[in-house]
Formats: sequence, structure tokens, C-alpha cells
Amino acid sequence: MSVQLLHSLVLVLAALALFAAFAVLGQARLLAAIHAFAWQGALVAAVTLTVAVAESAPELYFSAVLTFSLKALLIPWMLHRLVRRLGLSRHLDRPQHPMLATVFAVGMVMFAYWLVLPLVQSSLAFTRNIVAISLAVVLIGLLTLVVRRQAVAQVLGFMAMENGLFLAAVSATHGMPLVVELGVAFDVLIAAVLFGVFFFQLRESIDSLDVDRLDRLNEAREDQP
Amino acid sequence: MSAALPLVTYTPLAGALLLGLLRHDRLAGWLNVALGAVSFGASVVLAWDVTRFGVVTGFGLRVDDFSVFLVVLNAFVGLTTSIFSRSYMRHVLHTRLTGPHGLRLYHAMYQSFLFTMLLALTTNNLGVLWVAVEGATLSTVMLVSLYRTPEAVEAAWKYFILCGVGIALALFGTVLVYYSAQHVLLHSAQGLDWSVLNAHRAQLQPAVMSIAFVFLLVGYGTKVGLVPMHQWLPDAHSEGPAPISAILSGLLLNVALYAVVRFKMLVDGSLAHTSHPHLAGLLMMGFGLVSFLVAGLFLHRQRDVKRLFSYSSIEHMGLMTFGFGLGGPLATFAALLHMLVHSLTKSAIFVTVGHATHLAGTQSIEHIRGLLRAQPGIGWPFLLGVAAIAGFPPFGIFTSEFLLLSATMHAEPALTILLLLGLVIAFAGLFRHLQPMVYGAAPEGLAPIKVNMLPVVLHLVLVLWLGLAIPAVLVAWLNHATVLIAGAGVL
Amino acid sequence: MGGDAVNAADTVLAVAQALLWPLAAPLLVGWVRKAKAMLQNRRGASVLQPARNLGKLFAKETRVAHTASPLFRVTPYIVFTATWLAAAAVPLLSTHLYTAALADVIVVAGLLGLARFFLALAGMDVGTAFGGMGASREMMVSGMAEPALLMAVFTLAMSAHSTNLSSVVDHQLTGGTLLPSMLFALGSLILVAVAETGRIPIDNPTTHLELTMIHEAMVLEYSGRHLALLEWAAQIRLLLYGTLIANVFFPWGIATTAHPAAWGIALAALAGKLLVLGAALAVGETVLAKKRLFQAPAFLSLAFLFALIGLISHVILEQGL
Repeated sequence: MSVQLLHSLVLVLAALALFAAFAVLGQARLLAAIHAFAWQGALVAAVTLTVAVAESAPELYFSAVLTFSLKALLIPWMLHRLVRRLGLSRHLDRPQHPMLATVFAVGMVMFAYWLVLPLVQSSLAFTRNIVAISLAVVLIGLLTLVVRRQAVAQVLGFMAMENGLFLAAVSATHGMPLVVELGVAFDVLIAAVLFGVFFFQLRESIDSLDVDRLDRLNEAREDQP
Repeated sequence: MSAALPLVTYTPLAGALLLGLLRHDRLAGWLNVALGAVSFGASVVLAWDVTRFGVVTGFGLRVDDFSVFLVVLNAFVGLTTSIFSRSYMRHVLHTRLTGPHGLRLYHAMYQSFLFTMLLALTTNNLGVLWVAVEGATLSTVMLVSLYRTPEAVEAAWKYFILCGVGIALALFGTVLVYYSAQHVLLHSAQGLDWSVLNAHRAQLQPAVMSIAFVFLLVGYGTKVGLVPMHQWLPDAHSEGPAPISAILSGLLLNVALYAVVRFKMLVDGSLAHTSHPHLAGLLMMGFGLVSFLVAGLFLHRQRDVKRLFSYSSIEHMGLMTFGFGLGGPLATFAALLHMLVHSLTKSAIFVTVGHATHLAGTQSIEHIRGLLRAQPGIGWPFLLGVAAIAGFPPFGIFTSEFLLLSATMHAEPALTILLLLGLVIAFAGLFRHLQPMVYGAAPEGLAPIKVNMLPVVLHLVLVLWLGLAIPAVLVAWLNHATVLIAGAGVL
Repeated sequence: MGGDAVNAADTVLAVAQALLWPLAAPLLVGWVRKAKAMLQNRRGASVLQPARNLGKLFAKETRVAHTASPLFRVTPYIVFTATWLAAAAVPLLSTHLYTAALADVIVVAGLLGLARFFLALAGMDVGTAFGGMGASREMMVSGMAEPALLMAVFTLAMSAHSTNLSSVVDHQLTGGTLLPSMLFALGSLILVAVAETGRIPIDNPTTHLELTMIHEAMVLEYSGRHLALLEWAAQIRLLLYGTLIANVFFPWGIATTAHPAAWGIALAALAGKLLVLGAALAVGETVLAKKRLFQAPAFLSLAFLFALIGLISHVILEQGL
């Protein structure tokens, strides 16, 4: 494949990953949101792979495999299984004010673009333009945490942020040192397992995974004996 | 190369594995103490090595004057808290708040938390630093929800999500730092080694480094408990077991601040010749001052004794952040000393509070009454501990706050007024709650409990000592660290 | 392009291209129906059937409700003329005509808007419940589709530095690499096209079920010649959107010279592209079910989001390429 084609392929994949972030933000059906998240993971892995081919950076092959198996297969599979075990397969969780959330998300993209402009201007790497996209994915994940009230959806937002970070690492610096990448992946994996445990703890304590019901702790609460 | 270095860091890791497998809960408590003792012993040896050789490296780890001081502090607080936690967790087991399974989890996670803290301090790689700080969240989050009450689960969830988000932003900042280093360093694998970055810090791109620092400050600042990212901190402190509150306040907050300071050193070097050389310091001063004042005000509204002291932690972390932000040898020295005395005092207070809530059977301030009468063995240390944290003269916190005030007076006289105001507000906030808790009549029918006040006494005596006369060896130590951070010493 | 000497051959070609539109439009509709029938294991009517239907309608008597105003009578002519004009501005076979100067995408959108405006007025004119309902639904759908359409068009225009369709096509022919903005603009345009031409999942062109129909509700009162013109206009609109997608995003084969051979190739290429697009539409309509009307906003906001991401990608990702 020509280098030119590889470069534009990376851009397409990154744009699709951004779209997947929007899908995770707005998709009301939990399972569909999980699928969008899995696609995002696969896209980030594909970006990594393409950069590896284009830059002939062999260490990125490993990174791509790691991202793919963790973000596109393992974690979505775990969440999928949890959702089914919790009986939430048909659960709908509409974000509050979906249009407003989308508008905000677009604002986030603009903000991300503005923020990393000095970095983009100083870089020569062909992936430099993706840094803004990756920060936008991180910020949209953050927004997902704010507008979604369902614990599984919040975890998706959290994990989407991590996808953005992986994308950032690939696009800005062509990957982090191996030990860091392994450490981050390990942390993400542990976090996913712990989130699974928490779903059950949450359901046990508030009979729901609706995080809005977590309102016992505040400054002026009544005394509990 | 010193054997003490890996021993300090990896003893808790081995301990975590061991305690995770050990089914004997009584033995586990003792083993926990023993592991803490080994780690502490090794840290003292390590400190000795550092004073002799300057920097100790090996096994991918690197310890200098700044980190070794925190390593010793962490290992020490880890040890004393494990002594307290042995008896406290037995009590928890008796009251059936958790079972043997939970206890095993507790011990394993206690050690793995210590491991992440020590790894964060001893690693030279900024990426590994991130992994360790995130690991600290992961290992404590299950401990916050250990009692499985709705409040505990809620607190743990908030803790998990907020700190996870914060730390994600910090990783983005770390990526940007790595990016900025790639223009300078050809060996990209070293691009995250702090020592390498520090050697080339003048060549790092200023524009990228300033953006990176904003992300890092917000990210690690969440862990420090800076307002407005502090929401998780009172919840996690109030709902977790008392030893966890003690080590969260005593260790985690310090380590997060340590990370911020490490990055500040790089950013300062990078921005030295631009139009805004003190950007990082100014940001830290702003966040620190706001946290300090807001937390002081919040002290007045608290009804839960552990929440009260967690806001006090936010207040003091704000003060330290302000001190490091102010920069200059004196302020840095004061902030380092404050890290030390706050950590000792606050963990002592949380241990005492653990005993007091055990005695009173509640965490509600309104129902903890007359501790001095009910059990002087808890009441007096409580009174003295709060007096120390409020900055009463003979204690070490007075010294550090005084130094910080003088430094502020020198550099930014106008801000001294705000600092003094904040100190008064916080002082009033603590004492309006303290007075009824220790004085007055105790409620009927409180039977004194068996307590182990050794850790508290040890901490308070140390804080008192530091207030009366700082030992020369410690001054030299802190001065070395000050030279490292601020470029010049106070001596 | 327009700077060449205006000669007779060019004029002939331009007129031929304009005439091709109304002639080809019924064929495309016929092909979509045929493909759909084959997908459903039916033999289906001949591809020429829509054209025959039009002829039949023209031969029939035209009745007008006695409550109708003159507006009702003139609307079919206005709608047909406006749609045809809009279509004639889109490069069908060649970008190399002197009429290319007119081929501005804003003009096309404006003419289509004009047609829709009159159609909606006529729908309400007679005063039946269905007419008014159809008009209001049509306005809702188009009100949401138009921003998406314009946003997608702007994305194209920013790449080509022109809103002229011929220039856009020329730009696509020369700079044709895989670009994310193009991909998203294409996605957006497809969704808009589906909504604007009244296809599944927004509207069903074959049903007269009162609860769901949009376009059919508006033309319910028309008969004979009037109905034929309106149907024809709708067919041209489908061809217009199909051609827009085919020629802007897949411009291969379009004639850039006035040579007859180039025109032959262009005709064949266009026919091939439209065959594929028609088949894709048939597959889509077979696989998907019509959505409930209140889900249309979600569908169209997806189109808008596509267009927006396309624009963002162009600004952020494609700098300095």
C-alpha cells in the first residue's frame, strides 16, 4: 500500500473513533453502547496497526494487539456478560438532554482542537492532527460520565476515555515505553474487574444501577445512628 | 546499588500476595505488622545510603533526597497504622461489619496500597508513577466499600469514578510530556525517565509543557484533594475503615502532591526563559489557596467526625500546594516539613478517631461526647492531636505554618492576610466541634474499650519533637530536598 | 470551463443532458421497484412500468376539488419545473458545459426548497385533514434534513473551495484520496437523500396508510395530469440525489471534455453507478422497517452529526495534507 493511502486511512479510522465516542455518549440501548465502545477499541487498535505499518515501528504491533484484545474483545465481552447477568439487556438509559449533550460534545471537540493547536503546529508526525481527536475522545468520555446516570454507561464513558488516551499515546508519540503500556493495560483490566464487582454491590445496596440514587452522602445529611 | 531499595518497594508486593493467600486472620494481622516493619527498616537503611551517596538507583528504581524523605515517612506511617489496624480490624470482625473473607481482602489490599505508594515514590519513570497512583485507587476502592453499607458503596463509587477521571487526565498530561521530550531525546525509551527529562528540562517545548502541566495538575490534583476536584475525599475517608482513612490522608495525598511537584520542576525548567516562567507555580498557588479557604469554611458544617478531619486534610493539602507553588527555598522547605508533620498528625488523629467512634458507637459529632471523662486514654491524645493539627505552638505544624507565613510575607505580602484568615477560620471550625466532643459529660453506659495508643503516642511525640527542635540530620535532609526542588537551600 | 466558445455542439449537449433527466427518472424508480421485487422473490413489474403509469395518468381526466384555489392548479407545474431546473444544474454526464456556471449547490437546494414549499401549500389548500397532516410532517422532516444537507455540502465546498458542483466534481476527480470528511459527508448525504425522497425508513412511497404517510398525503387530492407531474417530479428528485451521490463521491467516468466518446463512457458509467445505488436502496428498504414518525428526528440528527463530524474532520484532520 502506498504511504499516502496509509496516512489517509489513519485519518479515517480516527474520525470513526470520534464518531464511536458520540455513539457511546448518545446510544440509549446499553448493549448497543457496549458495541459502539468495542468498535472504538477496534478502531484505536487499527490506528495503532496502521501507524506501525506506515512508520515501520515494530513495537507498535504489540501495542495494537494489546489494545485490540483488551479494548475490543475482553472488556466489551465482560461488560456484555455483566449486563446479561444483571438482566439489563433491554435496558434503556437515555442521556439527559441528548441534543444538549451532543452540542456540548461538539464544543468539546472544538475546545480540544484549540487546546492542542501549539502542539500540532510544532509536530512533523503525520499523526499530529489526531492528537486533537484523541483529546476530544477523552473529553467526550468525560461528558458521558456526566450526562449518563446508569452505572454501566458511566463505565463505558470511563473506558472510552482510556481509549482516547491510547489514541493520544499512539498519535502524539507513536506509543509509550513498553513497561508503561503494560502497566496502563493492567490497571485498565483491574479497573474493569472492579467495576464488575461494584455493579453487584450497587445493586445490592440501592436495588438499581441508577447512579442518581446515590445521594446519601452530602454535607447536610441527617444523622444516621 | 543498594539492596535496601528493592526491599523497600517490593516487600509490600510480596506481602500482598502472601496475605491474599493466608487464611488465618489472627496471623494475618501480625504478618501485616511484620511486613511494615521490614519495609520501614529497609527504608531507614535506604535513607542512610542516600545521605552517603546522594542518589541510589537500581532495578529500574531511583531514589533521591526528595523521594527518600517521603519513602521513610510512608513506610513509618504504614507500619504504625498496621499496628493500629491489627486491633481495630479484630474489633470490626467482632461487630460483624465484615467477615474473614473481607479481612483477607483488607490485609492484601493494605499491602498492595503500600506497594503502589512506595513504587510511585521510588520509580524514575513518570509513566510507572502514573500506573502506581492509579493502582493506589484500585487497591483502596474495595476497602472503602468494605462494610457494604449503601453509604460505603456510594462513597467507593464516587471515589472510583472521580479519581479515575482525574488520573486519566494526568495520563494525557504524561503523554504530552513524553511528546515534548521526543524532540530532545533520541532514545525515546528514556523519554519518561524523570532524571533524564530533568537533565534536559530547559530544552522541553514550553508551549506543550504548559498544556501538559494543566492536565497533570488537574489530574493528580484530584488525588491531592484540591477544590473543586475534592468531592471524593470526604466520602472515602468517612466510609472506609479508620486505618484506611489514616493511610489515605497520611500517604496518598502526599504522594499525589509529590507527583505534581516532580512535574512542576520539569515545567519550571522548560518555561524558565519564556514570558511566563512561573505559570506552574501560580496555578498551584491558586488551586492551593482556594482549597485551603474553601475547606476551612466547610469544616464548620460537618456533622461526621471523619468528614470533619478529611476536610482538614484538604485544607492542609491546599496549604502545601500553595507553599510548593510559591517556590523559593523557604516556602519549599516549609511545605516539605508540613508534608511530614501533617502526615504524622493526621494519621494519629484518624487512629484516635477510630477508637473514639468505636467507643461511642457512632461517627456523628453530636453523639460523641465527653471523651476525656469516658476514656482519658482516647480523650487526651484526641485533644492534643487536634491542637497540633490546628497549629498550636509547641507542635511541628506551628513551625511549618510559621515558616510558610514568613515566606509568603516575603514574597507575596498581600496573600498573608488570606492565609491568616484561613487559619483562623479552620481553627474555629475545628474547635467548635472539638470542645463538646472532649469536654462535658459522657453519655451513660459507655464502657471503656481496649485500645492500642502506641502509634498515636509515637506520632504525637514526633510532632512535638519536630516543633521544639528539628533534629540536625532531618534539617540537612529537608535542605537537600529543598535544594533539589527550589535550586537553593535555606541553610 | 465556461470560458470556451459557445458553439452549437455544446448547446446541443447541454440540452440533451437536461432532457435526459425526465427521461431517466422513471427508469431509476422502475429499477428500484424491480430490484425490490426480486429481493422478495417476486418477478415484479417491468422497469418501464413507472413511465407507463405516467403516460396513463396524463391521458386521464384531471379533476380538481371545488374548494381548491388557483394555487392548487399551478402547483404541479411549479413543482415539476423547479425540480427539473434543480436537476439540470447537477452535472449528470459532463462537468464541461457552459451551463456548469449555474451548477451551484445552493441554487439546487433553493430550487428544491421552492418545490417543497409549493407542494406543502397545495397540500393544505384543499382543506382536507390528510393534506394538512402531510404538509406539516413534510415540513418537519425537511426542516431537519436541510441543515444536515447544507452542512454536508459545506464540507464538500470547503474541500473544493467552491460551492459549484462542477468544481466540486473536478476537485474530486483530481484530489481523489480517501478522506474522513468525504466519508462522513457521504454518510450524511445518503441519510438526507433517504429522508428527502421519502423512502424507508422515513416514509414509505408505496403505502397510503393514513397514520404514516407523508408525501402521499399531500398529493392525495391530485389526479390525472397534475398527479402525473407531481409523481414525475418526485422521480426526478430521486434521480437527482442519486446522481449527486454518484457523481460527487464516485466521479469516475464523468466526461470532462465535449468529445462524444467521453459522453458515451460517462453515460455507461452513470448507468452502472445508478444501477448499484438503486440496488443498494432496494436492499436497504427490504432490510429496514419504516420507523415511527417521532423517530425521524433521531434519524436526521444522525445525518446532521455525520455532516458535523465530516466538517470537524476536515478542519482538524485534513490540515496540511
